[in-house]
Amino acid sequence: MTAFSQHAAALQPETRLTWLDALNQRGREHWKVTPFPTRKTENWKYTSLQSLENGEYLRWPQPTQLAEVTQPEIIPGLDACTLVFINGVYSEELSSEQWPEGLSCVRFSEANADQQQAILAKLGTIAETESHLFAALNDAWLREGVFVHVAANAVLKQPVYIHHISTAQAQSFSVNQRLLIHVETSAEATVVEHYSSSADVQNSFANALTEVQLDANARLTHYQLHLEEEHALHIGGVHVNLDRDATFNSFMMSLGSILQRSDVVVNHRGEGAHCGIQGIYLPHNKHLVDFHTSIEHRVPNCTTHEVFRGIIGDSGKAVFNGRIHIHPDAQKTVADLSNKNLLTSHDAEIDTKPELEIYADDVKCSHGATIAQLDEKALYYLQSRGVDRQRAEIMLSFGFINELLEQIPHTAVRDYLTPRVSALFVKKFDRQREGRAA
Amino acid sequence: MLSIKDLRAKVGEKEILKGLSLDVKPGEVHAIMGPNGSGKSTLGHVLAGREGYEVSSGSVDFHGKNLLDMECEERAREGLFLAFQYPVEIPGVSNMEFLKTSVDAVREHRGLEAIDSVQFMKLAREKCKAVNLDAQFLKRGVNEGFSGGEKKRNELMQMMLLEPSLCVMDETDSGLDIDALQVVADGVNAMRSPERSFILVTHYQRLLTYIQPDYVHVLSGGRIIKSGDRSLALELEEKGYGWITQEVA
Repeated sequence: MTAFSQHAAALQPETRLTWLDALNQRGREHWKVTPFPTRKTENWKYTSLQSLENGEYLRWPQPTQLAEVTQPEIIPGLDACTLVFINGVYSEELSSEQWPEGLSCVRFSEANADQQQAILAKLGTIAETESHLFAALNDAWLREGVFVHVAANAVLKQPVYIHHISTAQAQSFSVNQRLLIHVETSAEATVVEHYSSSADVQNSFANALTEVQLDANARLTHYQLHLEEEHALHIGGVHVNLDRDATFNSFMMSLGSILQRSDVVVNHRGEGAHCGIQGIYLPHNKHLVDFHTSIEHRVPNCTTHEVFRGIIGDSGKAVFNGRIHIHPDAQKTVADLSNKNLLTSHDAEIDTKPELEIYADDVKCSHGATIAQLDEKALYYLQSRGVDRQRAEIMLSFGFINELLEQIPHTAVRDYLTPRVSALFVKKFDRQREGRAA
Repeated sequence: MLSIKDLRAKVGEKEILKGLSLDVKPGEVHAIMGPNGSGKSTLGHVLAGREGYEVSSGSVDFHGKNLLDMECEERAREGLFLAFQYPVEIPGVSNMEFLKTSVDAVREHRGLEAIDSVQFMKLAREKCKAVNLDAQFLKRGVNEGFSGGEKKRNELMQMMLLEPSLCVMDETDSGLDIDALQVVADGVNAMRSPERSFILVTHYQRLLTYIQPDYVHVLSGGRIIKSGDRSLALELEEKGYGWITQEVA
């Protein structure tokens, strides 16, 4: 047993919210009875928590001055309702306070009695904390979070933008982040979750949990962008319940860091629901990115379309486990899952496992995973046009990812991410070039 | 401009070119014809510097330099252009970005500055028009979902933008209908100049009625077994390749 697993649950929220006591307590109990993952734990087989155990994260952050956050990186042109948190603490200066009709964004610490009731009705009911250890820890540590509520039939033009910024502090610390989204019947919304950090070497561990409830015919476009500095540790989950004819479209991206783990669980609970997930991961240096997705088709006539692509460079490592589970009643399910990987160095590693478990006989499902190097024919074609080999490699790598970026529905998000991804490859190109010159 | 002497090359273990010699002077158009498997496409790839195409002996002199010493991209920058028989699709890389990167690489080599984006856009649109491609093709992935004819016209457009001194066109006519063939031929003819040479690799005489060659060569068994003027192409059209291979034997 390590210090982290032993003492994490004992780290109490700084200031308690008494109405969350029961949830805090339940979380602590689930944490204590669940064995801490080791290499022998199936879901954590390829992902070591060593970096979490090595650091001394069992401490809350010191108050942060806004001045420490030089030029917070926001997505320009998004025209959103914005909530900004610095090391888990809400920043009034950087957030907007005006919500359009039909939208309410409530912080747990500010919730009135009615809002507390509404929050408690859903909070902790979507994520299964018995099987997701860090979700249990999130419950245990919970004192602040955001409740996004979209009233029935409201069609929100403006996205809700939740931006978590982490900064480096003298001593390492943990941050607990929680988001609850409830979109009522026939309402439509967009939520952008953006995780970034100041440029310094990070020494924090973020434990984030997002729960989403989409009522009948509700639609949510969701983004989860992990763009933190590479020393950040992040474990998170997105857990979604879909009622009849609801549509959940999510775009997930991770640029890579020392430890970056995401568990995504989508439950099809009403007929006619659709889930679309697109994901990109780009670990390099010594990064580790791990996506575990699990789509539960419990009822008939639902669809899932899941595409993940990754490029793993240097000594980076990626883990992708994509499970689609078709329960006996889920006839007429249409589901497909694709995972494509490019390895750009001999030391890069990918552990991919697409899993299709089907217990119904009238379904249309496909899944596949590929691991490849860059296409020699395409490299030759570019070189034959005067483009040097390394530049050609960059162009092809970027193109492989850009195919998914091009499909991002919000132009502002696309325009924000595209040059960042491009810069990542160009940086690598420059490193190689310097290496050659030296 | 180009002087190939006794060139032998293999792909894997198999020797394809078995002592090929060819001289191309500035401004000349040479057609290379020959039966399937005679080494026509291999010649194009060997000249372009494709990996896996190994030269075992012979020499290739290009503008007084040893072509075989150069990397694939250097050859392109020195003015050699291969129009592919099967242009490669590259999804996710826009045609525009591809063209600009390529033009800039060649310009840099010639000691010119990178071309201004706005100016390039204008230039690319002009060339699109010249090869009868909609300007929308500039935004799409390189050759992605292009028809056979569109791919060939895209090759021609690249050739126009890069302004090479030697254009090797590998079966550019295959898969083209008459109208597209006319567009390609017009494009090539417009590019003909006293400094620029062409090697047209083709199966059919048809292309040569649109683009009139100065010389016609028959490639068979990895060597040029007969050379002549335009009339040779017509003779081949009429009689096939059998009589030459017999004559040589």
